Parts: sequence; structure tokens; C-alpha cells
Amino acid sequence: MDLLIHVRDHLLLAGAALAAALAVAVPIGAALARAGLARSAWLSAIGTARVIPSLAVLALMLPLIGIGFAPAFVALTLLAIPPIAINTDLGLRGVPAAMREAARGLGMSERQIRMRVDWPLALPVVFSGVRIATVEVIASASLAGFIGGGGLGEYIINALAANQMGQLLEGAGSVAVLALLADAILGAIERRLAFTETKPAWART
Amino acid sequence: MKPHETSAGAPLGLRDVAVRYSGADRDAVAGVDLDVPAGALVVLLGPSGCGKSTLLRTVNRLVVPYRGAIEVDGHDVTASDPQTLRRGIGYVIQAVGLFPHLTVAQNVAIVPQLLSWTPEAIAARVDELLDLVRLEPARYRSRLPRELSGGEQQRVGVARALAARPRVLLMDEPFGAVDAIVRTSLQDETLRLHRALGTTILFVTHDVDEALRLADRIVVMKDGRIEQDGTPLHVLAKPATTYVETLLDAKDAVRRLSLLCARDALRNASRPVDGAPPVPASETLRAVLSRLLEGADAVAVVDDGRVIGSLSFAEIRAALVANER
Repeated sequence: MDLLIHVRDHLLLAGAALAAALAVAVPIGAALARAGLARSAWLSAIGTARVIPSLAVLALMLPLIGIGFAPAFVALTLLAIPPIAINTDLGLRGVPAAMREAARGLGMSERQIRMRVDWPLALPVVFSGVRIATVEVIASASLAGFIGGGGLGEYIINALAANQMGQLLEGAGSVAVLALLADAILGAIERRLAFTETKPAWART
Repeated sequence: MKPHETSAGAPLGLRDVAVRYSGADRDAVAGVDLDVPAGALVVLLGPSGCGKSTLLRTVNRLVVPYRGAIEVDGHDVTASDPQTLRRGIGYVIQAVGLFPHLTVAQNVAIVPQLLSWTPEAIAARVDELLDLVRLEPARYRSRLPRELSGGEQQRVGVARALAARPRVLLMDEPFGAVDAIVRTSLQDETLRLHRALGTTILFVTHDVDEALRLADRIVVMKDGRIEQDGTPLHVLAKPATTYVETLLDAKDAVRRLSLLCARDALRNASRPVDGAPPVPASETLRAVLSRLLEGADAVAVVDDGRVIGSLSFAEIRAALVANER
């Protein structure tokens, strides 16, 4: 039962961080796609930030936010932002110019082109970024144990302290299984997303 | 054809239209005047970079000229909101224009949807249009573009452009990406739709044969200007410049024969010859020539089941000479 509680906390932490990252990263990515000259500067800044190890980010959070759920949440959110932002930028810029031109020629407004052409076509790529971020966050959330963030990291650290090899393997194995499961499920959704959309009533057979 | 399909075409008028792209050192379109009468099929012909596509796109304001005026059905295109204007003008481009994430039905329904038609009206219109371009609605409605052949995609593109019954249809190299056989059948379909609907069509191509096949009138362009404007036969027989002559390979007499029909040659006709094989009066002189080369001395021209004259080599040559004058 103890393991399940830690799995739940682990997923809550990862889920909260991913939700926050999504809310921040998608607008950043959309802005990047339209940024023009400033774009490459921003992308390399994001790339540089990604090099900083998660553990270092966690450690840096300590003096700022202290210990517990909050610093772990902030650190994991920061970790998840780059892959989502970069893929959003990539997906939006990957929409062929001819496609937007056709949409304009049919009489769509800029807003309609964004909602009906740009975003649906970019979605599979954006989602691929979300999948990458999810796997990274689930794996890295283990480190939250070091700063009292709870989750499977705490379970593993306790096992280490008590020299309980079985418990240690349970915890580490659970992290691996969660990461693989998330990757498989999100990967399956991603493949289904590629160029399909929920059909309105008039388009059904 | 259902009666409400018939929406007579609207005339187009372009006055001294000039376009220059930012950063370019010369005009892409350099002061062009063009009148397209209601219901005509006018082809803009020229090599890439001659300004034909730019000129076409000024009509639905995808390109805004810095000088000149453009009227659709007597109304200045700058007077109305560009989105409203474009929803009333059909626009067909190469196959890339279909939205890959939408089904055939959803692609075709875009403009009616933008115009807020009811779902029932849209569904009915989609089926009607798929029938019109000869794609069985039940089979094609819910397919995605990537599941279609190039020719089928292009038919969907045409159906989408015709969805809101536009009175003007702009076609920008629509059949450039399909193979020769499919292209020919799509050209036939275009002519059939044009005859059936009476829509004014402005068609851009660099393919001379396509232009000759389709056009009521060919407008040959070079460096943003109109080099010559006339019927296919006129442009072939009397090329205004050496550029037009070279571009259209106008010296090729056989090419011209394919634009003349048996009836045209009959003013020089001799009396019917016994045993001459019959050909319909609408047959091209090129086909008649082919029959003669196969061994007949003459062919009997038949109109409405009645022999109205006969043709031999001499009449065909005379028809060509008459056409050059």
C-alpha cells in the first residue's frame, strides 16, 4: 500500500508540473514561431538551459522556495517547458505556406487559419513534445525525494537508508514502468492524431 | 444538371494593374489591361516568372496591386472586405491546397461553413458537388486526401472551389502535379463543367497544349505584360511577336489543324465522292488528315445524319492558308 501511495504522489507531482508547463510552453512556442529574427536567439537560450542537470535545478530551488512539493513542482515545470515550446514552434512553422495560402484564398480570416489550419496541422508535433516532456518529468520526479517533494524518490531514498534492496528495486522499477507506460500510451495517441480530427455531424457517413 | 447549378458567370475587368513585390527591382505585373466577358474561359499563358499567377491573384486580393483597378461583376474588389470577396470567388491551386487533416467532405464544405450554411444544406451540397466532379459521395465523403490519387485530389479541389456557387473561378496551374493522361481527363472535365455552369474561368498555365485545349481566349504574358490576347486559332495563325511564335510553336501546322474542325474547311469543299468514309462535321482537321493519310482519297463530312460535303488534302491546305490571312 505504501508503494501505491508513493506512485500516486509521484504522478500527482509529475501531472501538476506537466499541466503548468503546457500552459506556459505552448504560448512561448507560438510566439517563437512568429518571432522572426529573435527566434534563433531564444531557441539557443532554451537549448542552453536544457543542459543544466535537473538535480542542479532542484538544488537551486532550495534557497529560493525551500523544501517540499513547491520547489520540486517548479523545477519539474522548468524541465518540461523546453521540449514542448520547441515542438510547438517546430509544428507551427512546419505548416506549408501553400496550405495557408489556400486557406486565405478560400476566405478564411487570420484567426480562422490559425484555429482550423495551423493548430490542427501542428498538433501531432506539439503532442510529440508533450510525450518527450512527460517521460523526462516522470523520470526526474524521483529526484524530488532529495528535497522532500515526495513521490517514488522518497520511497527509494528510504529504502537506501534502511538498506532494503527489495524495496529499492520496487521503487526504481515503478519509475521505469511509469515512464515506459506513459511513452507507449502517449505514442499511440500521437499516431492517431496525425491528420485526423473529430468529425462534425455533416461529415459522418 | 440540376437547374439551380446554373449560376451565370460574372465579367472581370482589370485596368492598368501593376504589382511590385517588396525588394524586387521591377514590376511583377507591369500595367495590364484585361477584360474577361461573363462566362468566358480565358487562359493566362507564359513561362514561370512572367507574372501570370500574380495577375490571377490580384483578382481575389491575395496580391494587392500598387496601381490600377480590378472589377468583378462591375464592383471594385477593394470595395468589399477581402474575406467576403474570396468566399464568392472559386480558387483552385495545385494538389497541395487540400487540407490533409480534413476529410473530402470537410474540405469541400469549408466555404459553405464559413458562410454559415445549415448543416443539412452543407451535407446536401457536398454530395451534389462530389457527384458533379464524378466522385461517388458514399465512397469518397469520409476519405482523407492522402488516400486519394492525384487526379481525385484535384477533383476535390475543384468541388471545393465550386461549393458556394461562385460566378468566377480562378485556377492556378491546377493540373501541374498530375500525369499526362489524368491531366487530359481533368481538362475535359473542366470544359464540361464550364459549359454546364457558365462560370467565368481565369486559368493560369505554362502548358501550351493545355491552353489551346481549354481557352476561349489565350492571353500570352512575358515580363509582367501582355504579349498577345486572342482566340487560340488567332494566336497560332498570327503570332504578334517572335516570342509568341516560339512559345506556341506556331509554325507547326498540325497543331493548328487540331483547332479547326471539318465544318470550317467546307467552304472550299468539293462535291461528295462516292464511298468516302464519313466523319462528323465537328471532327478536328487533324483527325481528318489522319484519316486521309490512312488511305482515303476523301472523307464525307456528315452533319445531323446528312452528308454536307467532302474533304481531301487540297481542302485542308486551303483551310490552313485561309486561316493565316
